[in-house]
Amino acid sequence: MTGAGRLSLLLARRIAMLVVTLVAASIALFLVLDILPGDPALVMLGTEARPDTLAALRREMGLDQPALVRYVTWIGGVAVGDFGISYTWRVPVASLIAERLAVTVPLAVMAIVLSTLIAVPVGVIAAAAHGRTLDWMIVSFAQVGVAVPNFWIGILLVLGFSIGLGWFPAGGFPGWQAGVGAGLSALILPSVALALPQAAILARVTRSAVLEVVGEDYIRTARAKGLTARQALWRHGLRNALIPVVTILGLQVPVLIAGAILIENVFALPGLGRLIFQALGQRDLIVLKDVALLLAGLVIIVNGLVDIAYTLIDPRLKDRLA
Amino acid sequence: MSRAALWIGGGLSAGVVAMALVASVWTPYPPTRMNMRARFQPPGGEWWLGTDHFGRDIASMILAGASTSLMVALAAVAVGMLIGVSLGCLAAVRRGWLDDLVMRCNDVVFAFPAVLSALVLAAVIGAGAHTAILAIGVFNIPVFARVARGAALQVWAREFVTAARAAGRGPLAITLVHIVPNIAGVLVVQGTIQLALAMLAEAGLSFLGVGIQPPTPSWGRMLADAQTYLERAPHLALVPGLVIALAVLGLNLLGDGLRDMLDPKLRRAR
Repeated sequence: MTGAGRLSLLLARRIAMLVVTLVAASIALFLVLDILPGDPALVMLGTEARPDTLAALRREMGLDQPALVRYVTWIGGVAVGDFGISYTWRVPVASLIAERLAVTVPLAVMAIVLSTLIAVPVGVIAAAAHGRTLDWMIVSFAQVGVAVPNFWIGILLVLGFSIGLGWFPAGGFPGWQAGVGAGLSALILPSVALALPQAAILARVTRSAVLEVVGEDYIRTARAKGLTARQALWRHGLRNALIPVVTILGLQVPVLIAGAILIENVFALPGLGRLIFQALGQRDLIVLKDVALLLAGLVIIVNGLVDIAYTLIDPRLKDRLA
Repeated sequence: MSRAALWIGGGLSAGVVAMALVASVWTPYPPTRMNMRARFQPPGGEWWLGTDHFGRDIASMILAGASTSLMVALAAVAVGMLIGVSLGCLAAVRRGWLDDLVMRCNDVVFAFPAVLSALVLAAVIGAGAHTAILAIGVFNIPVFARVARGAALQVWAREFVTAARAAGRGPLAITLVHIVPNIAGVLVVQGTIQLALAMLAEAGLSFLGVGIQPPTPSWGRMLADAQTYLERAPHLALVPGLVIALAVLGLNLLGDGLRDMLDPKLRRAR
């Protein structure tokens, strides 16, 4: 078989694995939220519910049909963007999700950008100062940063910048129709709270990745051609050191999602994390199942893509195939 | 650096354990006793760290919270370690489809961070310590499975295992007699770090209200209450967050220090 043929076979297997993982995750959610409760309609309405309301909901959820049919209907709908109708909000779950994504996506993007902007320079500076006081200080600071709960940082930020200085709102979201400025201003404190612990992890990874790269031949070559240690590091070392950093960004998606659920609740932001929390409060198993699938699916897809990207860029793999 | 990490980490961790032990025999006040005439007392004086919106003594709640948090974290890590290590060792013995299956299951579980699975589970089995332990424990399974599998594969390649096989020992006997004792060190290190993460996760779950239920004192719950009264009594938000951070920091440092002790070659890299 040719190298290219083998590569596409490898890619096809990776993609198939990704799909299998997604299906397994959806089955797990279906088992817990649809089968385990016995009668999901009873869980949603409570034991005080009137029999006719209960019967109506059972019919709406298709509970009179076999489990397999219900599962296939659910997944078939999800595949074409039809997530069903929320029992609490009486609107399509898809539109609820779309609405909430307009908060969660900017929040997550701001947090990722912010944490990268902090962590990469700090990590490189620490590596450049390896073994000296500055390095030690940065490493210690990162160690503390990893340990601090992000929701506590959120509360402290509210204390300092909302209640104390009055610069930012303490919570809530005015909606993008109130203007980009107002929207962003409501997202600044939450994204900082989300970004700081993330930055601490990333800074540690960047530092050790750069330290690893410093010993490589191409850095010595760059030095030999007349670059200073610092120039060689920033021009040639950083790009190579960024590979593990990108991997960690992928692995951090579940951390980011867990963080967003907490932070959106600290700041009462109407995002997906708040939605899943509200869905639990309302016992809206339909919304709960859909949003949980979406968040878990995101983790699986991002990690699958990182895996596939690795398959494509890993030069050792190309050598083996040639 | 690493010696300092070991000492500071060990000291902080011992501090948390000491708090939990002390709380089981003595607290300044009963941690759940309300006193409506002494609400929002400032720190110092009769109540060392002040009182909350029910007039409960913060210092007593912090002490009692240490044992709640530690218990949940220990139980969760024990669940994850027991199941994860068994699966990891199994995967190391039976390479092939079983190995693949275990690793695929890991990918699925990895997609459900403890906060997410706790929200899902709470809808069906209710909120509480059991939900927190289950959610955090399940998330720990793939971590231990991966670590145990990797370490076990290395041990399986050693001469004394080959010798044991030649002597006719079965895979179960070899795993129990040779593999597990040889990977125990790695597991203890990972366990310490997972304990730190579990305490952090438990705090988050209790903050959201799906973990420890009132009136049982918990640090995460205290922060949720503190947020409600942030303008009136800002000091309530400081101590619980600080003890969570110190406990997690301590366990992380202890784990790092233990790892360096176990494998001095890694010392330079960090």
